Amino acid sequence: MEDLAVLPRRRFLNWFLGTSFGALVASVLYPVIRFASPPRIPEATTSQVEAGDVSDPLLMAKGFKIIRFGAEPVILLKVTDAEYRAFSATCTHLDCIVGFQKDRSRIFCNCHGGAYDLNGRNVSGPPPRPLTAFKVNLLAKGSEPAKIVVSRA
Amino acid sequence: MIERTRSWLDDRLGLSKLIELGSHKTVPVHRFSVFYYLGGMTLFFFLAQVCTGVLLMLYYRPSSNEAFESIEFIMTVVPFGWLIRSIHSWSANLMVFFAALHMISVFFLKAYRPPRELTWITGVLLLFLILGFGFSGYLLPWNQLAFFATKVGTDIAGKVPVMGGWMVRFLRGGDRVSGGTLSRFYGWHVALLPAITTVVLFVHLALVQLKGMSVPAAGEEESRRRPSMKFFPHFALRDLSGWIFALGVLAALAALFPWELGEKADLFAPAYENIRPEWYFVFMFQTLKLVPGGEVAGIEYEAIPILLFSAAGLLLLLVPLLDRRAAREGRSPGWSMAGVAALLFVVGMTCWGYASLLPLYVVFISAILLSLFAFITRGSGKAEDR
Repeated sequence: MEDLAVLPRRRFLNWFLGTSFGALVASVLYPVIRFASPPRIPEATTSQVEAGDVSDPLLMAKGFKIIRFGAEPVILLKVTDAEYRAFSATCTHLDCIVGFQKDRSRIFCNCHGGAYDLNGRNVSGPPPRPLTAFKVNLLAKGSEPAKIVVSRA
Repeated sequence: MIERTRSWLDDRLGLSKLIELGSHKTVPVHRFSVFYYLGGMTLFFFLAQVCTGVLLMLYYRPSSNEAFESIEFIMTVVPFGWLIRSIHSWSANLMVFFAALHMISVFFLKAYRPPRELTWITGVLLLFLILGFGFSGYLLPWNQLAFFATKVGTDIAGKVPVMGGWMVRFLRGGDRVSGGTLSRFYGWHVALLPAITTVVLFVHLALVQLKGMSVPAAGEEESRRRPSMKFFPHFALRDLSGWIFALGVLAALAALFPWELGEKADLFAPAYENIRPEWYFVFMFQTLKLVPGGEVAGIEYEAIPILLFSAAGLLLLLVPLLDRRAAREGRSPGWSMAGVAALLFVVGMTCWGYASLLPLYVVFISAILLSLFAFITRGSGKAEDR
């Protein structure tokens, strides 16, 4: 008779202490995990940037340059004297920064050999998607070299 | 006075019991005995890492504005800074190499058979921890190679289904590789990983002591015939001679081939030509290069090799539980063949990644050095070794 009365009480106590302990562990772990997960900081939204002018020696020599579009790297290509194009410089494969191979006229990523054509389309190697295109405008003012303005397409 | 101090300490610490225990420890002698030294060699490089790492922390500054400059300072201004930093880099690479060699020998000699399953599992965990040290330490110089290796390495984590996005942000400390990533990696490299490694290493070494050395099936008959070697002093002195040789090699490598620092990370520059991770990641790097872009059933192609490598890692961890045949018979040719295939894949891919046969030469040279060490340290079979 006594056994019957004791057992459920012991089981209740075990259950009670067990769940309390579980809750204690959870209440310690939750803030730790939240602390270790970096908070989301909204990046200032950039809609357009000025990327120097067409007489930029780097652009003239190599046919490209990487510009800062907010926190994002963007590649600016000089296709002809009158035509400039811009794409996201972040390789769609594994996040490397792409460059431009003037002699083979293609955008190329040195990390894993991904290649894109001058329209940003992935043409060979591992990249799964094309590069996002940006809009390029040239602002000419009198006799000064035209300014290059890159904006989101 | 000395005797009184000794007995005072002995009463409190039980040293004489430990010495008594140590004096009974023996090591089996047979033609595979040389492989017993590889774990100790890995331990030596780990200790070298701890010592040089603690020294580097005196000058290193973990921020994106100062990290590169502080290592430049260590390399050019601090007396012997070049030596300490180069030893840290060289020893890191040799530690990975010897940990891998140790694991390969244990794998083929089936030393993971019962009752040593947990020794193997803690050992593989230690190898993963070492790779974690390698990956996190890689970013700390904040140079171009560090920046891109970390971009790629953390982006790979993003290919994991469901958890991927959170993992990338967790590893990077934000959406991009930045100064925040450097802070995290530094903390992991000098605090979290060393703490975990110390515990796992302690368990690994304790298990080796508790279970003793495994004798491979092919060496059983010979080890019964030949007297085993006392650990103190015979095996320990041989270990020590290897360690002293390794210290000389480290100093020579650091002096003749000081570790390069490269160029400071530029978050807005294309990856440079022939950029490549450290040699121990090259086989995975080369595999990723070969997979074309595309999707099948919503899974990107590059996620497939990544998932396969993860599965292979898990398989490696669980070998002793899966290889039932080795547990019964001491031999398991199927698993050995799989091991050979995996090795050929890793060495082949590494050669391809470097477009050179150098990795193959390294394998040959290590085999020769190991045979030489086996010859020098062979048991004499004389009574004093017993």
